[in-house]
Amino acid sequence: MKTRREFHKLAVAAAAGLAAPAILGRKAFAQDKPIRVGASVSLTGPLASTKNGLIGYELWRDDVNAAGGLLGRKVELVIYDDQSSAANVPAIYSKLVDVDACDVLFSPYGANLSAPVMPFIKQRDLFMIGMFGLAGNDVAKHDKFFHSGPWGPNSGRDWARGFFDLAKAQGVAKIAIINADLEFSKNAAKGGAEVAKEYGMEVVFNQSYPPNTSDFSSIIRNINAADPDAIFIASYPADSTAIIRGVKEIGISDKVKLFGGAMIGPQYGALLGSLGPELNGLVNSHTFVPEPTMQTPAIKGFFDRYTPIAVKQGVEPLGFYIPPFYYVAGELAAAAIKGSNSVDPAKMAEFLHANTVDTIAGKIAFNEIGDWKERRVLMVQLRGIEGNDLEQFRSPGRQVILDPPSLKTGDLAAPYNKARTS
Amino acid sequence: MFSIDILLNAVVTGILLGSVYASLALGLGITFGILHIPNIAHPTLVVAGAFFVYTLTQWELDPIVAALIGLVPFYILGVALYLFYSSVFERRGGANVLQSLTLFFGLSLVVEILLVLGFGSELKSVSAPYIGSSLKLGLLTIPYRLLIPALLGPAMIAAVWLYLSRTNSGTAIRAVAHEERALSIAGLNPASVKRHAFGIATATAVVAGAALIMVGPVEPFAGRYQIGRVFAIVVLAGMGSIPGSLVIAIAIGIAEALVASYLNPSWSPGVAFAVLLLGLASRPQGLFGAAR
Repeated sequence: MKTRREFHKLAVAAAAGLAAPAILGRKAFAQDKPIRVGASVSLTGPLASTKNGLIGYELWRDDVNAAGGLLGRKVELVIYDDQSSAANVPAIYSKLVDVDACDVLFSPYGANLSAPVMPFIKQRDLFMIGMFGLAGNDVAKHDKFFHSGPWGPNSGRDWARGFFDLAKAQGVAKIAIINADLEFSKNAAKGGAEVAKEYGMEVVFNQSYPPNTSDFSSIIRNINAADPDAIFIASYPADSTAIIRGVKEIGISDKVKLFGGAMIGPQYGALLGSLGPELNGLVNSHTFVPEPTMQTPAIKGFFDRYTPIAVKQGVEPLGFYIPPFYYVAGELAAAAIKGSNSVDPAKMAEFLHANTVDTIAGKIAFNEIGDWKERRVLMVQLRGIEGNDLEQFRSPGRQVILDPPSLKTGDLAAPYNKARTS
Repeated sequence: MFSIDILLNAVVTGILLGSVYASLALGLGITFGILHIPNIAHPTLVVAGAFFVYTLTQWELDPIVAALIGLVPFYILGVALYLFYSSVFERRGGANVLQSLTLFFGLSLVVEILLVLGFGSELKSVSAPYIGSSLKLGLLTIPYRLLIPALLGPAMIAAVWLYLSRTNSGTAIRAVAHEERALSIAGLNPASVKRHAFGIATATAVVAGAALIMVGPVEPFAGRYQIGRVFAIVVLAGMGSIPGSLVIAIAIGIAEALVASYLNPSWSPGVAFAVLLLGLASRPQGLFGAAR
């Protein structure tokens, strides 16, 4: 006959036996829980042309999961469409953090969409990789924010400095600056004017124009009247096309040695294909071009996989400008998690501040506010373009790197008139 | 800086741009100016027309030929849109302006999304032998990219104006704006007349779209930048004055070009509204509109 004490022991043992699987199981589940990486992507709206970056995220996720995940856990992407609207961004990131419990965040595309989320990231002390937001952390100065893009330090002023370095080397004394009345272009033009002044150049024409201006003939005539040696342009895709066509129609002084600088559009297949040979001679910024100094096996492997997916999805088939750096964002997050053996924001940030990370875009080291320590914005000159076939842009020699010197693959062909017609 | 070269070219550029604006405003001049239907989706329909033209030019067709091919399908689209509008509002006791605005605002969003789904959000442009070269006349350099589309505007406006003023069905369209009941007494069906007019207005969108995409590349949301300007043209011309809209559009084009040349291009989007305010202050019924 069992005593009451024995009965109690039996009851405790039975309860423990029944609860054990649940307790142990919960522990096992916690270890299996995926690492969640959250981001908003502009799948619709005016910035939807940047959605090809998502292929970069997905390729990275697939690679990392195929290699066994991070800290023994699978990686899962949580993506929402911000519809290219800054108004949607705060709610999306609140949900990513508080509802979806994401461990790592990637910012929306560009400075305009990223700006609304920066106070939230700083206040909640979260870890974030920034996606193409020029000078995105210069105000917040959050120590757990890191750029995947190669803008370098003091980027608001210096990111297009390469254009002015080339102008200086050509002995440019007078420069004209035009920009679209939008945040990115205004900052580029303001920074450009400061660098020009620093180099002792006279800014003989400095004017902005409203977005979606379709005719630049008046502006080009006024620039010609100002007689500059170089023209720095900060424009968006539609205006880039109109400016290049305007130059062909109206003509430009033979004195102009450099033309371009910060034009958005000639980095993308849509504009490369539509303008084709009209782009010859243009000197413009870029993040990646398939020149010998940049074409590593790692990045070649990336594009070998990117291209068929992009073609199938009907997005930008070349994908030089954005997608590699979305993959890089994943590599930076992975390095931080593996290096710190944690998903703790402070430990991950500490690792990235202290270590250089090897990525498909090369080695990256960060300063205290997450800028690349070394600016690596390219200034490329488009040359030898014949017809409108996009495949030619995969070959070296079409987008010759003039700056930075460490990646240079050719010298500037000048003046612009000669370069554009040769 | 002042030079006769810059002044002359600015004025000519303004005339050309104004003619293109007139093409864009023509459809709205019919729907809003004559039928009093606030079709704010018209600029988006113009963009849809531009994408239609873009699609046909992929088969090596000239943009103008592509636009002419698009007249019939866009007319049918316009008739269908009016049928929908009429069944939603007019048959239920008159169209409230706010409801109509909401409907056409929604329509423009739907068209934009359909364009994004069909073509992506990237810029589309057309090529033609005349795009990229210029006509040189003394001090003037006139890009064909502007000249050819600018000729489309007056031609289309003249055709519509002749139709409205010299044909019986055109007279019926003008009559329906004034007194629907009288039209019924005369044995005509006002709904049928309006449907036809809406079809014509929408058909003009494809020609205006061809003009727009010849001037520069177009993306699905490009219509948003034109709404204010085209409304200013229609209102300032005087509701329903088709030739007046050409005059006003050219005046706005010249004013924008002069502001861009001599003041600051950033101020040019405000020009249309400054002209509108000044014009309406002196003549509230519009410069070419009849007092009602």
